[in-house]
This record gives sequence, C-alpha cells and structure tokens, in this order.
Amino acid sequence: MSRAFALQVGYLARRSAIRTVRQPAAVVFPLLFPVLLLAVNSGGLRAETRLPGFPTSSFLAFALAVPFIQGGLFATGNAGIDLAKDIQTGFLNRLALTPMHGIALLAGELGGVMALALVQAVFYLCIGLVFGVHLHSGIAGGFVVIALATVIALGFAAFGAFAALRTGSTEAVNGLFPVFFVFLFISSMNIPRNLMDTTWFRWFATINPVSYLIEGVRSLIITGWDPEALALAFGVGLAIVAAGFALAAASLSERLART
Amino acid sequence: MSAQTLFVARGVAWRQLHNTLTNPAIFIPSLAFPLLNFAAFAGGLSRVRQVPGFSFAGNYTAFQFVFILLQSAAFTGVFSGFGVARDFETGFTRRLLLAAPNRSGIVLGYALASAARWLLTASIVTGVAFAVGMTVGGSGVDLFGLYALALILNFAGTLWATGVAMRIRSQQAGPVMQMPVFLALFFAPVYVPLDLLQGWIHAVARVNPVTPVLEAARGLVSGEPTHTLVAFAVGAGLVAAFALWALGGLRRAEAAG
Repeated sequence: MSRAFALQVGYLARRSAIRTVRQPAAVVFPLLFPVLLLAVNSGGLRAETRLPGFPTSSFLAFALAVPFIQGGLFATGNAGIDLAKDIQTGFLNRLALTPMHGIALLAGELGGVMALALVQAVFYLCIGLVFGVHLHSGIAGGFVVIALATVIALGFAAFGAFAALRTGSTEAVNGLFPVFFVFLFISSMNIPRNLMDTTWFRWFATINPVSYLIEGVRSLIITGWDPEALALAFGVGLAIVAAGFALAAASLSERLART
Repeated sequence: MSAQTLFVARGVAWRQLHNTLTNPAIFIPSLAFPLLNFAAFAGGLSRVRQVPGFSFAGNYTAFQFVFILLQSAAFTGVFSGFGVARDFETGFTRRLLLAAPNRSGIVLGYALASAARWLLTASIVTGVAFAVGMTVGGSGVDLFGLYALALILNFAGTLWATGVAMRIRSQQAGPVMQMPVFLALFFAPVYVPLDLLQGWIHAVARVNPVTPVLEAARGLVSGEPTHTLVAFAVGAGLVAAFALWALGGLRRAEAAG
C-alpha cells in the first residue's frame, strides 16, 4: 500500500469517525437496542433451555451472539446513510475532482462505522460478562468474538455502501434496513437449527448465511473452540465482505465517472 | 360529538388513508413487520410449545398469532404517529389547524385512519395465520372480542403516538413513539405463558398492562376466555388516558402556532 493511499484512507476514515461520534443517535441506538432485545428475549425465552437437547442452561449465553449480528446490521444503515448523504450533498462529486483512489474512498468512508462496530462488540461482550456469561473459549475467544464481529460489520457496511452508491438516496438505504432484518429473523437467532420443528423455517435458516455468523459467535461463547463453526462463520463473513466490496467498488466506478 | 368534529375527522381520515394506500413505502413496513415477526416466532419457535408446563389449548401458531395481532394493532398506531409528525414537518398540520372548524376532529381523524389501516393489516395477518395452520377453539363471539381488544390497543397506540408527534412535531420523535410501545409489548408473556416466565421479566410482566390484554386475547382464540372483562377495562383505561394525552398534545401544537 502506497503512502498516498494510506493517507487518503486515513483522512476519510478520520472524517467518517468524527461524523459518527457527532451523531449521538447513530451511536446510542445501535448500542442500546440490541442489548434491550437481548434482555427481553433472554427473559422471555429462558424456559426454552428446558427443551431436551438445548445446548446450554443459560439463554443469555445462547442469545448473546445476536447483538453482534444486529450491530452489523446497524453498520449497514449507518454506512449507507453516511455515504448517501455525501452523494446528496455533492461531497462525492467534489472528491471525484481530486486524484483520490476509489477504493481508498470506500475504505475511508467505512472508517467511522468500523470504529463504532469495534466499540459495539466490546460493549456487548462486557454486558454478557457482567451479567454472568462465561466464555467457554476463554479470553482468547473473546478477542476472536470481537474480530469476527468486526468482519461481520465490515461485510454488512460494504453492502450498505453498495446500496448508497447504487441509489444515492438516504431514503432508499433506510428502506433496505428491514430487508436485512429478514435475514436475522429467519435464522437460528432464537433456537438451534436442530430444535426447529417447522420444516420450511429450518430450511430457510439453513440456507441463510446469517445463521452461520450467529453460530460462529455462539460457539465461542457456549461451546469453546469449534473449528467447523468458526471456519463457516469467518468464511461466510469474509465472503460477504468480498461480495459487498466488489459490488460497492463497481458502483463507485459508475458514480465517480471521471471524464 | 358535534357534526363539525365528525366532518373534520372524516376529511383527515380520508387523507391519511389515501396517503397510506397509495404510498407503498408507508404501508408495506407496517404490514411486513408483523408478518416477519409471525414467521420468526410461530415458525421458528414452535418447539417451545413442548416446554414442560406450557399451558395453552391451541397450537403455537395461534398462541403467537394473538401477540402478532396485538403488536400489529399497536404498531399501526405508532406508524400513524409518524404520519402526524411528517404532516407537521411539511407544514400541512399548521394549515389544517387554521382551517379546521373543530380541532379535536383532527385527532379523531388520525385515529379512524389508523384503525382502517390496521383492519387491512389484520385481515392479511389473519389470512396468513390460517394458511399456515392456526387452530381456533373460540366461537364467533370470542373472535369478535379478540379483534375488539386489538382495535382498542390500536386506538391506544395511535393516541399515544399522536400525542408525542404533536408535542415534538418532528419525525425525529420516531424512537420516542416506538420504544415505549415496543417495551410494553415485549415485557408481556410473548413466547410462553406468564407462569413459565422467571425472574425479573416475570415481575415486570405481572404489572404490565399489556399482559392481561394478551392473556385475555389468547383465551378468546383458544375458546377458554380468561380475564376478558379485566382486559377490556385495561384497554378502555389506556384509550382514555392516551386520548387526554393526545388532546393535550393538540393544545400544545395550537399554542406553538
């Protein structure tokens, strides 16, 4: 990576991070809402642990994986909305007049979202530990959880950026947010796949990549070191990152048409 | 209720309904949200029915259908509040306040439009529930009671959100409208009967006003009515309290000019 490229990424990432910090709603809501949902679900579904074959006696530990994915979903919205605002205000057009590298722009724009994703991951992990969750993979597992959460957020954020670059509209990006939530809801977020009674739901949960992301994080919390679950989670996560960046980069070259 | 109130209410209700039904970006989220939750809860969690001590006469689809019906009712009210806030931002409400011969009719109009919008959502959710195998033990009268309870919750949700929208007069009020409704709904026995909740959530659910409404509605769908009068009394209390809240908001909006 050349020094100029690194500087370009650095400047834009700094701008992106400052912009994120200056929007309290963009910081507080992604931190608190997943924790609130975790509290509600871990209280309401605690009885589920009495089902034969349920993998843990603590529903909080089982459900703790979900906020990490939800945090990633919020990254989709934040990244997309920030970029769409830059398009709507003409900032991207002004950048197009500079010799800035397109990929540096994309990486830099996601800087604030990634910083927030890191804070979110640490926050969710601390919440779990404070309320008595024991990480079966130990301290090292905690770092892997944070790394995996960051990969997931980067992947979703890249898709948010893609949506923004394609549409150039904050409203359209906002409209995309519920679509991503479908993937979360039709997954193994609330029950292990082997305990799903409804065939169509189990089938959708099995082909849904979000199930593997959840199960990867969950394995570190309730199982320990499960190479298969981790390989699937990182594999799916990195595939989402690659696909998201490829789509965003292709859209960026159209949006940043330099004549 | 005066003829002028009804005249204003009819005009506001027609406009709100027209806006909702001709703009998919407004209507589809309020329909997709309950359907998505229904798929996730009734489809994904049906095994929860086998938890020892789970006492409900119908199947798990019916158990969750009731929650989804009530949730859709309350959230349609909240989504209607977004429309009120949007009308303030665009300046429409200020013109409406000037033109309306009776301003209480504005609140009534928003509530009627929200109810009509929810009836459409409810009919789709009900159709989906029957399509995926919901069993109903209740009679026609019981089902009428179920939808009446949900309609009362819809009025309560609309009046709450309208009161917030008229005080804040900006779409940024969205989280203030949504979050208390979300918490009230999800701090009730959503996934299992009240008896199976443990710890803090059980204590909260016991004092949550939504709990008797949810339990009564489940009793009506399963044909084993329970606490029905209490539920209607709670619902009526919520509507009365939030009607005062919404009218108070209207006075604030009038004072703000």
